[in-house]
Amino acid sequence: MEKRTDKNSYTILFAVIMVVVVGALLAFTASSLKPNITENQRLEKQQNILYAMGINDNDESNAIFISTDKAPEAFKSNIKDQLVITIDSNGKIIKTQTRDEYVAETKQEPYLIDVKKEQANAKQGQPRKLPLFVGERDGKTYYVAPIYGKGLWDAIWGYVALDKDMVVQGAYFDHKGETPGLGANIKQRYFMDDFEGEHLLSESGVFKGITVAKGNADPKNTDKTDNAVDAIAGATITGDGVTAMIKSDLKLYKPYFDTLKNN
Amino acid sequence: MGLLSKKDTKLITDPLADNNPITIQVLGICSALAITAELKASIVMAISVFFVLGIGNVVISLLRNVIPSKIRIIVQLVVVAALVIIVDQVLKAFAYELSKTLSVFVGLIITNCIIMGRFEAFALGNGPWRSFLDGIGNAAGYGLILIIVGFFRELLGSGTLLGFPVLGNPIPGEQTGLYALGYENNGFMLLSPMALIVVGIIIWIQRSRNKDLIED
Repeated sequence: MEKRTDKNSYTILFAVIMVVVVGALLAFTASSLKPNITENQRLEKQQNILYAMGINDNDESNAIFISTDKAPEAFKSNIKDQLVITIDSNGKIIKTQTRDEYVAETKQEPYLIDVKKEQANAKQGQPRKLPLFVGERDGKTYYVAPIYGKGLWDAIWGYVALDKDMVVQGAYFDHKGETPGLGANIKQRYFMDDFEGEHLLSESGVFKGITVAKGNADPKNTDKTDNAVDAIAGATITGDGVTAMIKSDLKLYKPYFDTLKNN
Repeated sequence: MGLLSKKDTKLITDPLADNNPITIQVLGICSALAITAELKASIVMAISVFFVLGIGNVVISLLRNVIPSKIRIIVQLVVVAALVIIVDQVLKAFAYELSKTLSVFVGLIITNCIIMGRFEAFALGNGPWRSFLDGIGNAAGYGLILIIVGFFRELLGSGTLLGFPVLGNPIPGEQTGLYALGYENNGFMLLSPMALIVVGIIIWIQRSRNKDLIED
């Protein structure tokens, strides 16, 4: 005899009910938790920016953010301005807005600008907004820029703190789904710390970026003007992704840094 | 053990050795290769699978009499995916740091064949309590192998355990410990093929100790 659960009508009914119940359950969970998640992501961006300019709770070997309850306060007191530089498709600066001007125009904080969306806009020939966070710590000025690119499996991104000569003062990298133990190590201190002091420009002032290089004969990273840091073994494609996003995204800031020099 | 009958105890202890999901049932090999380059990732994965398999087995077991057999695999997939996504969302809202450590594992858990394998082989034909024991037993057996593989790969590949350098400092010019004697890390250990070889060695040792496990 055919079992009740083998009937086609039962199967279809079961599938329909299952889809509706599970779908509703997931939608309910997602929408009821969304405010919390967005808030966490907002705080994380502040922590990332502060990390890049050296405000963090690092211990000897691990990268540790400043805690979430201290982050908004520290962000307020250390980030002096959040510039929004708009460039056209040729990389020419159209306008530079301060935070207050930008918020008045768009009602949005510049640090919440979606870099991925801006990259997509630029690809279609539209102007691109480049956020640049001007921070101050111990009397020193830092210019923190966000970068965004592709690793081996998924997105990678980061924040790089520069001085006015485009020398890296600190960097933070993160990833969505790189391989644990290999590509995921771009967010380890031993990798990120290597960028400190590296020059983005060549000696003659041309933008060269920083290459994550295999076998660059400088594993201790004593040569800061070679435009290269030591790669992670077994994570070639993630490393290439870091190289690429530094080259393509930070290069766009060069015209702005040129204007700093002229003043 | 007073709490568990002898048969129930076997459900937990068998997968740890003579019916190990990885080395005997050959389930969950993919994730054993993918994420064992460091010990910490192995432990996180072992714990995640422990929860998902324990709860998932109970859910499937409770539903076993109403699931239409024609679409049972799809139903299993929906159950595990829904479970994992809900847990991920809750962690993202209330334990953001932890959820970031887990990020890559979420997808891997859903596609982990050990989960579907135990749903199909056990939970569909047994009661919830026994299914729960089977779930945590198999997850423990899986985790055990993961941790062993992760231990050797991190130790020999990076010279560290849980991120702590245990063999000395490998940086040229300032070597200490073993490195001062000319030892070098084996970068090959960090790549997936070596995980397969480590699993192979475990299978070899296990079968040479217990001849009953050798297939013809």
